[in-house]
Amino acid sequence: MGKKIFFISRRMLLFVAGALGMLLLVLFFNATGIFTDYIVQIINISLINVILAVSLNLINGFTGQFSIGHMGFAAVGAYTSATVTTLIAKVTPRLPYTEFININGYIVFILALLLGGIVAAGIGFLIGFPSLRLKGDYLAIITLGFGEIIRTIFNNIDYVGGPRGLLGIPKFSNLIMIFVITLLSVIAIRNLVFSTHGRALLSIRENELASELVGVNTVRYKITAFTIGAFFAGIAGGLQAHLLQIAHPTQYGFLYSILVLIMVYAGGMGSITGSIIAAFALTFLSEGLRTALPGLGDLMHVKIGDEWRMVVYSLLLIIIMLFRTEVLMGMREMKLLVPEEEEHHGQHA
Amino acid sequence: MDSMLSLEKVTHYFGGLKAVSNFNLELPDGALYGLIGPNGAGKTTIFNLITGIYTPTEGSIKLMNESIIRKKPYQIVHMGIARTFQNLRIFGSLSVLDNIRISRHYTVGKSKHTGNRKHKESSDLVQTNLFDSFFRTRNYLKAERQITDEAIDLLKLIKLDDVMHEQAKSLPYGKLRKLEIARALATHPSVLLLDEPAAGMNPAEIGELMDLIHFIRDNFKITILLIEHHMKVVMGICEYIKVIDFGETIAEGKPVEVANNPRVIEAYLGKEEGKCS
Ligand SMILES: Nc1ncnc2c1ncn2[C@@H]1O[C@H](COP(=O)(O)OP(=O)(O)OP(=O)(O)O)[C@@H](O)[C@H]1O
Ligand SMILES: [Mg+2]
Repeated sequence: MGKKIFFISRRMLLFVAGALGMLLLVLFFNATGIFTDYIVQIINISLINVILAVSLNLINGFTGQFSIGHMGFAAVGAYTSATVTTLIAKVTPRLPYTEFININGYIVFILALLLGGIVAAGIGFLIGFPSLRLKGDYLAIITLGFGEIIRTIFNNIDYVGGPRGLLGIPKFSNLIMIFVITLLSVIAIRNLVFSTHGRALLSIRENELASELVGVNTVRYKITAFTIGAFFAGIAGGLQAHLLQIAHPTQYGFLYSILVLIMVYAGGMGSITGSIIAAFALTFLSEGLRTALPGLGDLMHVKIGDEWRMVVYSLLLIIIMLFRTEVLMGMREMKLLVPEEEEHHGQHA
Repeated sequence: MDSMLSLEKVTHYFGGLKAVSNFNLELPDGALYGLIGPNGAGKTTIFNLITGIYTPTEGSIKLMNESIIRKKPYQIVHMGIARTFQNLRIFGSLSVLDNIRISRHYTVGKSKHTGNRKHKESSDLVQTNLFDSFFRTRNYLKAERQITDEAIDLLKLIKLDDVMHEQAKSLPYGKLRKLEIARALATHPSVLLLDEPAAGMNPAEIGELMDLIHFIRDNFKITILLIEHHMKVVMGICEYIKVIDFGETIAEGKPVEVANNPRVIEAYLGKEEGKCS
C-alpha cells in the first residue's frame, strides 16, 4: 500500500558507516593481536550493555518513569531463547562433525532471540499495565520486586537447570552478530524517540498532567514505552546468554540492574549517545574493578570481595543523581543521530 | 443560539468540602465569558471538572450536547476542549516548537472522538502509528512535515516564532503564558479555558494579552471561558461574567451589571481590593 520505508536516512547511513568502520578496526586489531580475545569479549559485553542502557533510557530517560529491575527482562529473554536453542531445538552454530556454518541453526537462534524479546515484552506489559495506570512511584517498587522474583523462579525450575543455571548454551553470539543487532536496536529506538510518538513520551516526562491535557493518552504511552524497553532488554539477555554460554540466576541480580541504571544516568537522561558512551565506559570500568579490587586487597593484605563492586556502583549512582541529568551528554545527541529534518527543531538540537 | 458547552447543576465535593455547588453555565458558540470570584471560590475546580481531571459528584457537563462526564482528560481534548493552567505547566526542557508539536500529536493517533469536532477543517493530518515511526515510512515523513509546518504557522501567528528553537524554560514569564495559550490552541479546540492568563504579567503584557485573546476569538472562532483576577481584563473583554464565592454562584450578567452588584462588591471587591485594581 505504498508504504515506502526510509528506515535509514542519508545521515543515518553515515552513522552506520562510522560504526562499521569501528567494527572493522576492532576486527583488524584482533586479527593482528593488538586486541586480545579478552578485550573483544569486553567489547561484546559493552555492545550488549548498549542495548540494555538505551532501552532503559527509553523508559527512565525519555518517558521519565523509574524502572529499576531491567535485568529481570534480560533474564526472561535469556532463559526463553536459550531454552529454545539448547533444550528444544538443540542447535549449534556449526554443523556436527564439519566446519560448515549451520544456517538453520542461526535461523533458529534469531527466532529464539525474537521470541525472548517478545516474551519479555509480554511480561513487561503485564507488569506495566497495573503499575503505570496508578500515579506515583509504584513502578520502582514493582520492577525491583519483579527482578528478584524472576530470579527465584528460574532458580527453582529444574528444566532450565535450577540453581546450577542453564549450561551448554551454543555460542551463536559473536562480535558481528552482536554488532548488527545492537546497531538495529539503537536505530529503532532513535527513530522512535525522534518522532511524534517520541515527543509524546518526552512530554510525559516533562509534565504528565499537561501532556494528558494536550491530548496524549499518557497511560497508553507509558505502557508502550515500558513494553518496548522490556522487549529490547529481552533481546540483550538472549544475546548475552549465547555469548557467555550460560544463563544463571545470579547473572541478573540487582547489581547488574544498578549498573545499567548508572549507564543511563551517567550518559544523560534522554540521550542515546550518552547511553552508548556510558555503556562502553562502565563496562570497561566494571571489568577493571573486577581485577583491580582483589589486587588492591592483596596490596593491603585484606581480602576485598566482589561485593565491593556494589559499593563502588552505589557511590557512583549517588554522585550522578546528585549532579542530576547533566553528566555526560545531558539531553544532547550526537549530530549523526539527529534526523536531518529535525536538525534545528527538536529538543536535542 | 446553540450552546457550545453546558454545565447543569454541577456539584463537587472534596471530602466534606463543597468546592462547587449547583453550578450552571450555558456557553454559547463563539462567546467570551468570564468566571470570577475570590481565592478558593472554586474557579479552577470548575476547569478541572470540565477537563475531566475530576468527575463531578453531581450534575452534567456537555460539549455540543454530548456528555463528557467520565471521559478521560485526553479524550475530552480530542473532543475539542483545551485549557491553560493557573500555575504554568510547560514542557520546560523541550524547545518552544516541540511544546506546540506535542499538541498536534493526537491527530496522528487513533481517536474515536474527532468525528463531531467542529473545527477540523484545516487539520486532517495523515495518520501514522508506531510502525511508521520505527521505519520512517513515507506516511510518517509527510505527517511529521505537516505537524512541523502547522506548528510554525501557529507560532508565527502568535509571534513566538523568533524563539521557536529556544528551550521553553529559558523564556520570560510573559512569553511562557503565551506559549501555554498557543499550545492549547494547537489542539484545535472548540472551547478554550484560560485560567488566570494575566497572572504575573506587567501592564504592557496585559494589554498585549487582551489583544491576543480578542485575536484568537475572532481568528480561530473559538468559544472562550476565562478566569481572571485582573478586573481590567475581565471587564474589558468579557461579554458576560459569572461570579462565584464558596462554590456558589452569587451573580452573573454583563460586566457593568456585575460590577455594580452589591453582593459582588461585598464578596469580592470589598474583601480583596488589592487584587482588583
Ligand atoms: N485536590 C483538592 N483536594 C482538596 N481540596 C481542594 C482540591 N483542589 C481545590 N481544593 C479546595 O477547593 C476550593 C476551591 O479551590 P479552587 O482551586 O477551585 O479555587 P480558585 O477559585 O481557583 O482559587 P484561586 O483564585 O486561588 O485560584 C478551595 O477551598 C481549595 O482549597
Ligand atoms: Mg484557581
